[in-house]
Amino acid sequence: MEYFVQQLINGLTLGAIYGLIAIGYTMVYGIIGMINFAHGDIFMVSAFIALIMFVALLSIGLTFVPLALVIVLLVTMAFTAVWGWTLERVAYRPLRESFRLAPLITAIGMSIVLQNFVQIAQGARVKPLQPLITGGFEVMEHDGFVVNLSYMQILIIALTVALMWVFTLIINRTSLGRSQRACEQDRVMAALSGVNVDRTISLTFVMGASLAAVAGVMYLLYYGVIDFYIGFIAGIKAFTAAVLGGIGSLPGAMLGGMIIGLIEVFWSAYFTIEYKDVAAFSMLALVLIFLPSGLLGRPEVEKV
Amino acid sequence: MAQPATSISARLPEALKDAGIAAFISLALFVFIVGIRTLDDPGVLLLEPRPWLLAGAVGSVFIGRLILNLFFWSGTEAEDALTSALAPVGRAFGRISPWLTPALVAFAVLLPFMPFTDRYILDVSIMVMTYIMLGWGLNVVVGLAGLLDLGYVAFYAVGAYSYALIATHFGLSFWVSLPLAGLLAGLWGIILGFPVLRLRGDYLAIVTLAFGEMIRIVLINWYSLTNGPDGISRIPRPTFFGLELTRRGDPSFHEFFGIPYSPLNRIIYLFYIILALALLTNFVTSRLRRLPLGRAWEALREDEIACRSLGINTRNTKLTAFAIGAMFGGFAGSFFATRQGFISPESFTFIESAIILAIVVLGGMGSQIGVVIAAIVMIGGFELFRELEQYRMLMFGLAMVIIMIWRPRGLITSREPSVYLKEKKAVSGDLVQEGKG
Repeated sequence: MEYFVQQLINGLTLGAIYGLIAIGYTMVYGIIGMINFAHGDIFMVSAFIALIMFVALLSIGLTFVPLALVIVLLVTMAFTAVWGWTLERVAYRPLRESFRLAPLITAIGMSIVLQNFVQIAQGARVKPLQPLITGGFEVMEHDGFVVNLSYMQILIIALTVALMWVFTLIINRTSLGRSQRACEQDRVMAALSGVNVDRTISLTFVMGASLAAVAGVMYLLYYGVIDFYIGFIAGIKAFTAAVLGGIGSLPGAMLGGMIIGLIEVFWSAYFTIEYKDVAAFSMLALVLIFLPSGLLGRPEVEKV
Repeated sequence: MAQPATSISARLPEALKDAGIAAFISLALFVFIVGIRTLDDPGVLLLEPRPWLLAGAVGSVFIGRLILNLFFWSGTEAEDALTSALAPVGRAFGRISPWLTPALVAFAVLLPFMPFTDRYILDVSIMVMTYIMLGWGLNVVVGLAGLLDLGYVAFYAVGAYSYALIATHFGLSFWVSLPLAGLLAGLWGIILGFPVLRLRGDYLAIVTLAFGEMIRIVLINWYSLTNGPDGISRIPRPTFFGLELTRRGDPSFHEFFGIPYSPLNRIIYLFYIILALALLTNFVTSRLRRLPLGRAWEALREDEIACRSLGINTRNTKLTAFAIGAMFGGFAGSFFATRQGFISPESFTFIESAIILAIVVLGGMGSQIGVVIAAIVMIGGFELFRELEQYRMLMFGLAMVIIMIWRPRGLITSREPSVYLKEKKAVSGDLVQEGKG
């Protein structure tokens, strides 16, 4: 029981990180209907920016962790957003009216470029960061097995919930969100009614990238090590989460992330850790076969 | 741009402003990743600022953007000049294209005996031929049937491991194992194809990607069968009608024919094997295209609903595309295993699938000669940068992006119709639908 609760907490934390990345996939897919393959690598770049910021702040003597965290979060979000914007501008916008596979190929190309760029600029070695947020609560104890809820896990889950709330508000209440939903339904019609489609799509990438940046900071703090390759596998899992939850749906992405996180953690805990990715991917295949529009997605109407 | 081209000096302020903005954005992009390097010091990380590198990167973006603005994106005039300069090339290409294929085949056949050919060129050619074969195999699935497959490397891996296991455990020769490996890969094509029959487009892409990764994870972890990450070594080499191409073979090729022994013989032999396999792939697919099955594939790519209403069995059509594409992938995998003599799961990562798909799409979907050109450009170009070990994957990614933006329809955009009445008319690639899956 205690073991189960502990795994539940770990799974939800991991799921929150996947969910944050998944939102970027789901928003981009919803609005322009393409897999932004390089999104996972944007997440990786953000983790590097955060690492450099943390080390820089610590080296100038800023050791008050909450302040450092806020500064790093804001700076990382801002600079990662520039990466997201540039990605769309350079690799996707020229091909927006082109056929479907073209942006997918540039996306894979950009993913290769980002990985190798960071590898060249920062080296291929794993980069460690000393633990900054330590300690936690003992939730329960039984027969010497202590269930821990660390401050880090509380921070990740709380921040994720808060961001979900903010972004749901943005999508549902603001004019930007309205334009996004309009573009999602019909880009030409939205343009005719005066929505600046280019700007809306750019802002979608900016939003997705800044959420990935939050995930990057959390990943860095939670695991303490990053390298240039973390984006690929996290990206696939997050996309799986987005599809699982129903593409285009924000709560769906979060739900999908949680499910993938839980499957991964429970599978590693009770079965074999080697096959945890196989478990997550099998889940994806099963869901798509039996529920092609995902858990919370709208069923796609086939136009003839 | 519609307005007439103006002189460079008149465009200068605008271009400067634009280049300035680009430089500013690149500053924001590079300030952390390029401007500061993390250094590993036991225990803690240290930062090393690299202001000159950062300035260099930002400066080159500024200058590059300025030059592009002034001389290349300068409105209609330059574009017209470029188009009219390229037009004769296009016409010439159109005129030679009937002879291009036989010429390329003849060149490939004679390549091992060219005076400039050495071991290195042969090795690179074998690699390019392998990718051409994989590209043609994937072309059946993506280019003809329009099913976006991001996990093609799975079948390559199945073929390679099938051959390696059959040959090392049962001692069967390459020529017996090759069809078996192809069959097994084809079977896996059906097994993996079956669950995804109902999926379309990008969903199909992501599930096939997941399957590819799953097969790789199984290969890594099923230690008792595949030897895990250590891989399988001592995979037997192919023989020439039972003659071994080694120095002390029994019986050996060079003694049988009474020629002096040269290690190059084996490489040349491998080259011919892959050439024959690739040509077989091409021959079979171009024949299949004319059969009802091939036409059903192309119809499926254009419109699945219309297909179904015309009574085409879409399930069988899709499964045959998966199976045949996978079978050729399996052949290529067996060849890879016998050529390397050693295989491990590391050779079958997602990046291989991405490269093969990139070759198909960059070449122009469904175009056989396009695959050849794209494979030569991408893999050959990749080899050219051998000295810049670190940078070549970066270059490869950039080339993918730039070629795609330059020619979204691929390098060869016109299509030869599969079936025609009296006269062949080339079809523009724009008329060919994308793979909606």
